[in-house]
Amino acid sequence: MATQHSRAAARLMMAPAVVLLLGWMLVPLIMTLTFSFKKYLPLKGGDLGWVGFENYIRFFTASAFWPSVLSTLILVGGVLAITVVLGVLLALLLDQPFWGQGIVRILVIAPFFVMPTVSALVWKNMFMDPVNGLFAHLFKAFGAQPYDWLSQSPLLSIIVIVAWQWLPFATLILLTAIQSLDSEQLEAAEMDGAPVLARFGYIVLPHLARAITVVILIQTIFLLSIFAEIFVTTQGSFGTKTLTYLIYQRVLESQNVGLGSAGGIFAVILANIVAIFLMRIVGKNLDA
Amino acid sequence: MGQITLNQVTKSFGDVEVIPPLDLQINDGEFVVFVGPSGCGKSTLLRLIAGLEDVSSGEIAIDGTDATHVQPARRGLAMVFQSYALYPHMSVRKNIAFPLKMAKMDKAEQDRRVANAAKVLNLTDYLDRRPGQLSGGQRQRVAIGRAIVREPAAFLFDEPLSNLDAALRVNMRLEISELHQTLKTTMIYVTHDQVEAMTMADKIVVLQAGRIEQVGSPLELYNAPRNKFVAGFIGSPKMNFIDGADAAQFGAHTIGIRPEHITLSTTEGLWQGRVGVAEHLGSDTFLYVHVNGLDPLTVRVSGEVGVRHGDTVFLSPDPAKLHRFDAQGLRQS
Repeated sequence: MATQHSRAAARLMMAPAVVLLLGWMLVPLIMTLTFSFKKYLPLKGGDLGWVGFENYIRFFTASAFWPSVLSTLILVGGVLAITVVLGVLLALLLDQPFWGQGIVRILVIAPFFVMPTVSALVWKNMFMDPVNGLFAHLFKAFGAQPYDWLSQSPLLSIIVIVAWQWLPFATLILLTAIQSLDSEQLEAAEMDGAPVLARFGYIVLPHLARAITVVILIQTIFLLSIFAEIFVTTQGSFGTKTLTYLIYQRVLESQNVGLGSAGGIFAVILANIVAIFLMRIVGKNLDA
Repeated sequence: MGQITLNQVTKSFGDVEVIPPLDLQINDGEFVVFVGPSGCGKSTLLRLIAGLEDVSSGEIAIDGTDATHVQPARRGLAMVFQSYALYPHMSVRKNIAFPLKMAKMDKAEQDRRVANAAKVLNLTDYLDRRPGQLSGGQRQRVAIGRAIVREPAAFLFDEPLSNLDAALRVNMRLEISELHQTLKTTMIYVTHDQVEAMTMADKIVVLQAGRIEQVGSPLELYNAPRNKFVAGFIGSPKMNFIDGADAAQFGAHTIGIRPEHITLSTTEGLWQGRVGVAEHLGSDTFLYVHVNGLDPLTVRVSGEVGVRHGDTVFLSPDPAKLHRFDAQGLRQS
């Protein structure tokens, strides 16, 4: 398989994909990098020349910067916590044999297929709306005052929406991991006198460690760029302005491409730090 | 103590009855081997004793007390699994100490028992490794170590050697027999390999389709198999069976003769045949001889013999070692 000839052929055949992906990535990256060092205001004269690090300094010292970092962290952390914990529990549940298992498993994946914009709108208008929402009706049925989710606890609401979207992903990966657990190990632990909770803690959870790391890695990278859910619900108000949303506002609402690009480069660096950090954990897990 | 009594135990999975009513008595300190072809229910029987499966009816008593509905951990039995079932994320030390930790034993006693087991099993140098860094035989010993630290009433082995290569299997067979001599604890051992059964057991239980065909010492089974199934299963190479007129002349429906109880001659004998394949093992030679009107007969000859493929030979059974079976396959005494 690995003759000189076949290796050359393999490189040749991979080349189009590699060139395309590289171009797809490099062109926008270089453009963003260029803009981030320029004063570029499309509605006020366009390209106004090089300004060095001024955009970066303005972006980091803006009053909206640190709050946006904080909301990003809360959003990502909250969604990760909910999806991992519920994902493990759901996976354990779905691993049990029960009637209609196949259909239930397909239904569990369903939220992942719904477009982020659509699911956020459905949640906003059909569940969380203080007048017509399902939750409002539920509260009224018990005689309580309807809760205006999106204005009273907006960040929590967005976390719930996003967690709902990502729970199937976590559940699916964790379910396959649970299914790969050798049942003899659980039986051995049972013979060794480990009760149910100890079996979970000593056998199942360590077995899931790698899958959980993978879930965290992949989700973090995607969650850092959450945008649609914020755009269609709170528009970044009430402390839901994440880094991604702040960059969007800088570019499209303030029409300052240079400033937004500087933020974009910061986001790229941040995502890469997370990726490297998590890749190392996965790598270490793979060694064991 | 490790006396186990099964009384009218049955097991069904849905409509399928895997084990019809079965009685069995296992005495303290015995090395009992359950042997039978795959799917005969021997592993299920072991799992019933372990408590990993619920019995459908009947009762299991351990040391005279009813243990039918007792949880596996409380039965005082330790099991060694076919896949070893070691905990991959724990070191060897933690693997062995796991049952003690679950029993909330104090740390000093845990360390003492682990060190002791490691010494018995030659694992002292490997205590800080993970199971993934060990060879098959070492993993097997860790699994046994995890069983012996509990000082159980009986050990249950579920085909423990089937994942090892042939040379290692012989070694581990000796080690397990040695362990039994040292510990004098009851051991129940499941295997489909009749050689393991013959070499290790005090008592062999031959199973077929969940039924006990015969219980006895290895030599009892070899010398006086109760029926054709046991006769064919015990002994290697397999016993030759002959039906029809040749059997009638010995006054039986079927006669059975072991390959080692046939005399080979180039000049005279009861049956005349042509030599087919010859397997030369050095110490023995197995000849497959084609006799007119009969299935090929296997003949075992000590050392080397001067016959070749296609040669005509004469075979005579040793009348004293001949087994006669009736039409139902039962042995006529």
